[in-house]
Amino acid sequence: MTSNNSHYVAPIEETPLLATDAVKTDQAPLSLWADAWRKLRRRPLFIISALLILALTVVALFPGLFTSVAPNEGCELANSEGGPTAGHPFGFTFQGCDIYSRVIHGTQASMSVGILSVLCVLVIGVTLGALAGYYGGWIDAVLARLGDIFFALPLILGALVITQLPLFRENKSVWTVVFVISLLAWPQMARITRGAVIEVRNSDFVTAARSLGVSKFGALVRHVLPNALAPIIVLATLELGVFIVAEATLSFLGIGLPQSIMSWGNDIAGAQASIRTRPEIMLFPAAALSITVLSFIMLGDAVRDALDPKSRQR
Amino acid sequence: MRDNEMTTPEIRIAEAGTTGIRPLLEIRDLAITFKTSGGEVQAVRDAHLTIMPGETVAIVGESGSGKSTTALAAIGLLPSNGRVSGGQILLDGEDIAHAPEKRMIELRGNTIGMVPQDPMSNLNPVWKIGYQVRETLRANGQPNGPDDVAKVLSQAGLPDAHRRAGQYPHEFSGGMRQRALIAIGLSCQPRLLIADEPTSALDVTVQRQILDHLDTMTTELGTSVLLITHDLGLAAERADKVVVMYQGRVVEAGPSLELLRNPRHPYTKRLVESAPSLASRRIQAAKEQGVETADLLAPAAEPAAADNVLQIQDLRKVYKLRQGLGKSSDFAAVDGVSFDVKRGTTTAIVGESGSGKSTVAKMVLQLEKPTDGRILFDGVDTSVLKPADLFKFRRRVQPIFQDPYGSLDPMYNIYRTIEEPLRVHKIGDKASREKKVRELLDQVALPQSAMQRYPNELSGGQRQRVAIARALALDPEVIICDEAVSALDVLVQAQVLNLLADLQANLGLTYLFITHDLAVVRQIADHVCVMEKGRLVETGSTDDVFESPRQDYTKALLNAIPGAKLMLPPEVA
Repeated sequence: MTSNNSHYVAPIEETPLLATDAVKTDQAPLSLWADAWRKLRRRPLFIISALLILALTVVALFPGLFTSVAPNEGCELANSEGGPTAGHPFGFTFQGCDIYSRVIHGTQASMSVGILSVLCVLVIGVTLGALAGYYGGWIDAVLARLGDIFFALPLILGALVITQLPLFRENKSVWTVVFVISLLAWPQMARITRGAVIEVRNSDFVTAARSLGVSKFGALVRHVLPNALAPIIVLATLELGVFIVAEATLSFLGIGLPQSIMSWGNDIAGAQASIRTRPEIMLFPAAALSITVLSFIMLGDAVRDALDPKSRQR
Repeated sequence: MRDNEMTTPEIRIAEAGTTGIRPLLEIRDLAITFKTSGGEVQAVRDAHLTIMPGETVAIVGESGSGKSTTALAAIGLLPSNGRVSGGQILLDGEDIAHAPEKRMIELRGNTIGMVPQDPMSNLNPVWKIGYQVRETLRANGQPNGPDDVAKVLSQAGLPDAHRRAGQYPHEFSGGMRQRALIAIGLSCQPRLLIADEPTSALDVTVQRQILDHLDTMTTELGTSVLLITHDLGLAAERADKVVVMYQGRVVEAGPSLELLRNPRHPYTKRLVESAPSLASRRIQAAKEQGVETADLLAPAAEPAAADNVLQIQDLRKVYKLRQGLGKSSDFAAVDGVSFDVKRGTTTAIVGESGSGKSTVAKMVLQLEKPTDGRILFDGVDTSVLKPADLFKFRRRVQPIFQDPYGSLDPMYNIYRTIEEPLRVHKIGDKASREKKVRELLDQVALPQSAMQRYPNELSGGQRQRVAIARALALDPEVIICDEAVSALDVLVQAQVLNLLADLQANLGLTYLFITHDLAVVRQIADHVCVMEKGRLVETGSTDDVFESPRQDYTKALLNAIPGAKLMLPPEVA
C-alpha cells in the first residue's frame, strides 16, 4: 500500500531548531497573587466595587466628615416625617431625626458587624475545617457532625433563641450580634476549607515537603493552607455582604443591635411606622444597605474569577 | 515559503502518477489560528499530508507541535477559539476545511471516526457502554439492536460482549475502555480513523494488544488510519508513513523506515537520537567519563560486594480494602520483595500500574510503614528510627516525583522551593543558603535568573530540574526517582536523563528508579527489578535482563516496547 516513497524535508532555514526547553526571561516573575492582581485591576466589576467599598470605609471610619449632626441628636418631633430641607437632603424620620445623618452613622455599625463576623468565622471555620480535612479520621467525623448541627439551625431561629438568653438580652451590642452570626455561620467556611485542604493534601509537593523533613503540621501551615486560600478568600468576601444583611435582619426584628446604636436595620424597622404616608423614609437606609451588600458580592465575584485556577495555565 | 510550496505539489503528482488512486485525505498548506487573550496565535502553518485508502500515517511531534490540532481540523472539531485560516483539507477530493457543520455531522462517524486519547474521561460515566455504542450507530443510521451493539463490541476484542454492553464504564479496566472507544470509533466502518494518542495512558503490554487489534481491524475493513503520537518508535512500527511536526510545521515526511534510518531534518535527527525506544544502549558518554572521575575522587565508587546502601528484605505491604459494613479484605500491594541497591549505581524497579512499584518507593522514603519485612539503610533498620534519626535519614534519601506540575508548591518561587530543605534542616545562614541555591541551579543547568520565577512560568522539564535541585540541596546519598521522566517530552526526557547520569558521575549518587518504561531503564539503569502484581519476578543486571530475560512476563514487557523490533543501522541506534 505504501505508494509514497518520496521523502519530504522542510527547508531548514524556515524551520530553525530552537534550544530545547529554554527558560523565558522576557517577563517579570509572577506569583499567584501578583497574577490575580494583574487580572483584577483590569476588570470594571472590581474597580467599581472596590471604589464603593473604599468610599463606604471612609464613611464608616469618619462619619464626621459627611455630617455635622452627632449620632442620636438633633431629633425634633416637630420635624416628624418632614420633607427635604436645606442641610437635610433626605428629610426626616417619624421621630423627626435627619435621615441623611442616620444613614451616614449607620454605616459604621453595618460594616463593623460584617467585618468582625467574617474575621471570627475565618478563625473558627478555617481552623476547624483545615484540621478536619488535613488529619481526617475521627477529628473529621466529630467536626463534621458538629458543623452539621449548626448548619441545621436556620439563622433567624437560632438567633431568636440565643438572643433570648438572659446574658444576651441584657447586653445587646455589636459583639453579641457578631457572636450570634459567627456561631451560626462558621460551618460553611469550615466545609469549604475542608474541601480545599483535602484537594491540596495529597499533592506531590506536600509529600515532597514531608520527605524533606517538614513536620506534618508544618506542611499544613506552610504548603497546604496557602494553596487552599483562594476559595476561602472568595467565600469570605461574599459572606461579608451576607452578614451585613443578617445584621440588618436581626436589628429589624429587634433582636440585633440595640436602638442606641444607629444601624440601617434599626432605621428600616423604624421606617415601618411611616410606610404608608412616606415610603421614601425606608428607601434611604434600604438603598445604603443594598449598595453595600452589592459591592461586596461584586468584589467576591471578581476575586473568584481572578483566582480561578483554570484561567491560570499558560 | 516558496520552496515549500514547490515541493509539495511534486509529491502529489508523483503519487497520483504511480498509483492512479485518489488520496482519501489530503491536507494542503493548512494554517490554523487560535484567538487567545494575547492576540492571534498561529498554531499550525503550511501543514500538508496525504493518506491513501487503507494506509496508516502517523503524525509525530512533542506537545504543542500542532499534531492534535491538525487532526482535529480534519474532523472539524477545533476548539471554538480556533479556525482554519488557510489551505485545504480534501476528503476524497471534497474540501471540508470550511464545510458547514451539517455536512461535518454527516461525515463524522461513518466517514471519519475518532478514537480519543484518554480512555478514562472519554466515556460518559452515567451511561452503559452498550448505550454509548448504540448512540453512535443510531446517529449514523445503522441498525442498532442489541445484537448489532454486541457485534461491534466483540469485533473490538471485548469478550462476552452481550453482558459487557450492560456494564458501566467504571466496571471496565483502562484497556477495556479503550477497546470500547475503538469499537465506537469503528462501529460505522468509517473510511478514515483518527487515533489521537490512543494508548498513551495504558500499560505497555495492554498498549501492544490494543494496537495489534486496531491493526487487524483496520486492515480487515480497509480503513485508513491517522495515528497521532509522541513516540517515534511506535509511529515507525505501526505506520506506513511518518509525518514529523515541530513548532506547528511539518518538518519532515516520508516512509517510516526510510525516515528513521535516514533522518534529514535536524529536528528529526534529534528525535531519532533521543527516542528511548530506539536507543539500544545506556547513556554512555557521560557515564564512562564519570566512572573515571569518580574513581579518582572516591575509591568507593567501584562498589565492593558488601557496600549495599539499601537492603530491602522480604518487604510486604497489606492494605485493608473496605467491603461494606465492618467487613474488609486484605490486599497485598507489595508481597515479599527483597533486593539490594549498591552504592553509586542505578537500580530500576519496572512494572505496570498496580504492580506495587510506587508503594515500594514510598516505604523506602518512610512515607508508608511496611506491614512486614525490613528496609536497611547503610546497615541500619529504618523501621526503628527515632524521630530525630528519621530527620537525619531524610537528609540522606531524597525523592523526585513523577508529575513536575504537582511536585512544586505553586505558591513558592524557585528560590524558596530549593531553599526550603536547607531552611528546614537549619543549614547555613541566609547568604550561604543563597549561594548554595545558585550552585544547585548551575548543577541542573538552569539560569540563575530563574530563581525569582514561579513554577507555572516553567515548562515541565524545567520544573523537573528544579525538583532535582531541591532533592540535591541536602547532598543526599540516595535519590528515589518515582517515574521522574515519564511526563516529559522525548527530547526533554533525554536531557533530564543525561543530567541525572552526569550528576551520578560527579556526586556518586545512588538512584532507585521507579518506572513503567523499559526503554528508559535500558538507558539509565545498572540493575533491574521487574515487579508484577506486588511480587518481584526477575532481577539482574540490565544487560542480562534485556538480552536473556528468563520470565515470560519480562519477555512480554520487552516485546511490548514500541519500535523494539525495528532494525536500525548501528549509527542510528
